Amino acid sequence: MKKHDLRRRILKNKAIYLMILPGLLYFVLFKYFPMWGLVISFQEYRPYDGILGSDWVGFKHYQRLFTEPMFWTIFRNTIVLFLMNLIFFFPVPIILAILLNEVRLQAFKRFVQTIVYIPHFMSWVIIVSISFVMVTMDGGMINEGLDAMGMQKINFLLSDEWFRPMYILQVIWREAGWGTIVYLAAIAAIDPQLYEASRMDGANRFRQIWHITLPSIRSVIVILLILKIGDVLELGFEHVYLLLNAMNRNVAEIFDTYVYTAGLKQGQFSYSTAVGFFKSFVGLVLVMSANWLAKKFGEEGVY
Amino acid sequence: MVHDKTIGGRLFDGAVYVILFLVALVTILPFLHIIAGSLTTVDELAQKRFVLFPTKISWDAYAYIFSTNTIFRSMLVSIGVTGFGTLFSMILTSLMAYGLSRRDLVGRKQIMFMIVFTMLFSGGMIPTFIVVKSLGMIDSYAALIVPTAINAFNLIILRSFFQSLPDGLEESAKIDGCNDWGILFRIVIPLSMPAIATISLFYAVTYWNTYLPAILYIDSADKWPIQVLLRQIVILASGLTADSSGFSGDFVTPPDQTIKMAVIVVATVPVLLVYPFLQKYFDKGALLGSVKG
Repeated sequence: MKKHDLRRRILKNKAIYLMILPGLLYFVLFKYFPMWGLVISFQEYRPYDGILGSDWVGFKHYQRLFTEPMFWTIFRNTIVLFLMNLIFFFPVPIILAILLNEVRLQAFKRFVQTIVYIPHFMSWVIIVSISFVMVTMDGGMINEGLDAMGMQKINFLLSDEWFRPMYILQVIWREAGWGTIVYLAAIAAIDPQLYEASRMDGANRFRQIWHITLPSIRSVIVILLILKIGDVLELGFEHVYLLLNAMNRNVAEIFDTYVYTAGLKQGQFSYSTAVGFFKSFVGLVLVMSANWLAKKFGEEGVY
Repeated sequence: MVHDKTIGGRLFDGAVYVILFLVALVTILPFLHIIAGSLTTVDELAQKRFVLFPTKISWDAYAYIFSTNTIFRSMLVSIGVTGFGTLFSMILTSLMAYGLSRRDLVGRKQIMFMIVFTMLFSGGMIPTFIVVKSLGMIDSYAALIVPTAINAFNLIILRSFFQSLPDGLEESAKIDGCNDWGILFRIVIPLSMPAIATISLFYAVTYWNTYLPAILYIDSADKWPIQVLLRQIVILASGLTADSSGFSGDFVTPPDQTIKMAVIVVATVPVLLVYPFLQKYFDKGALLGSVKG
């Protein structure tokens, strides 16, 4: 009886299944097949033999991974860039949203929002190209400015020290404004009576922000923090790859760029897949732990 | 918030306005500098270094980049990929989003989990490359579209939107003899135009900006989208890159600053043109996505 019922329910929605089919096929082909493809990290993959014809080598590539000095360099670089994101980028949208919320002139608020959202829609190629044109040694405005002030020109693009600041400034420039959207929505949902009550009690603007605005958006901050932690190793191939060069490789090479060079450029398919697997796996574990922790502390979590 | 007229309150207000104004200025100045720079003469740029208002508008840089067909061809590739890609993505995404918005669908939860899981874990670059390669897509325009056709985020946003439409609408359409396809195309989609427009624009911007799929899957230079060419002209020309996949065709000597700026502008302008349309919708759309995603 129950089985019959289930069959009827499925048959009734034939058309719906037909609608889902192309999308489902997409996810199977381009998301789940590659997951299965991770097995090549346990093989000596040869393109012409394919996955089924290549020899199994067990954990060979994983052993190499943990003994390779370059692996530890990219591990360190990835972690450093991640921490910089967390410390220097993460708070910026929160601060911007709080400031925007304090503006009573709606036209001014909209004007600022319109402008700070724009860079989000520019590709990394454009963002990086613009900074290149501005900081280049031959005729870039920044170096010419330094020169005019009688200071030494700085080779921003070809140096170890300037890679990280450039990276994080570009991230902030591109994403800070866009990041305010969620916080602004959360702030808009706060009951205005809370502010009135606190004003009665003599709270000034800072205290209102500290005691009402911030606690009210805490759960949104936590959710976005979890998502950010999940991104720990997703620092953006495109962005870093565009900035990467022979002179800053020591600090700029991260998991994604390494997988690209070792895998596609040098043809070490199996080894670089092992590197990629390690990265994806750590990311998954981190986001799950962050979510678990958030729930422990009485927050909602992402799922 | 009620106006607060204390001295502290006014100082606070003043500081807020000044800071936000500076933030907006810092965001927009580089773009203005690039646009102005592309319109100045090489000499003026060399003299002043930082130009916001060119004394004499010169279209030389644009004339130069369009005198060869390298840029033109790349633009065509990008326009084509953006047009077909957006259409393809929207068909796949709306069909799937509508199907998954139906509460009576058996297996809906499992499929949703399957989709969300792909946002947390992936096979990575090399296994995906192998799949694309074994499908015979290397060096074809399809490789710029098909492997990234559905964005899980966009799918979830659209599904939430479809779900928020009142159930009664579908029921009454059904009673009037409408089938599932009819409900989707005659009722759900027309009622969801704001969401459809937002997601289409998101897809369009992504396709216009496409870069990674191009360097992974496209070998021949004449199939490069504009973003790849932009990298060749501006970044590779500085002679400091990760790899040395040489310089293409017409730009043998490093181009002048004004020319680099003009190429940046050309690659940016289409996005700036759709931006006003985009802006009308994205507050709602992006919000739904980020909160429920």
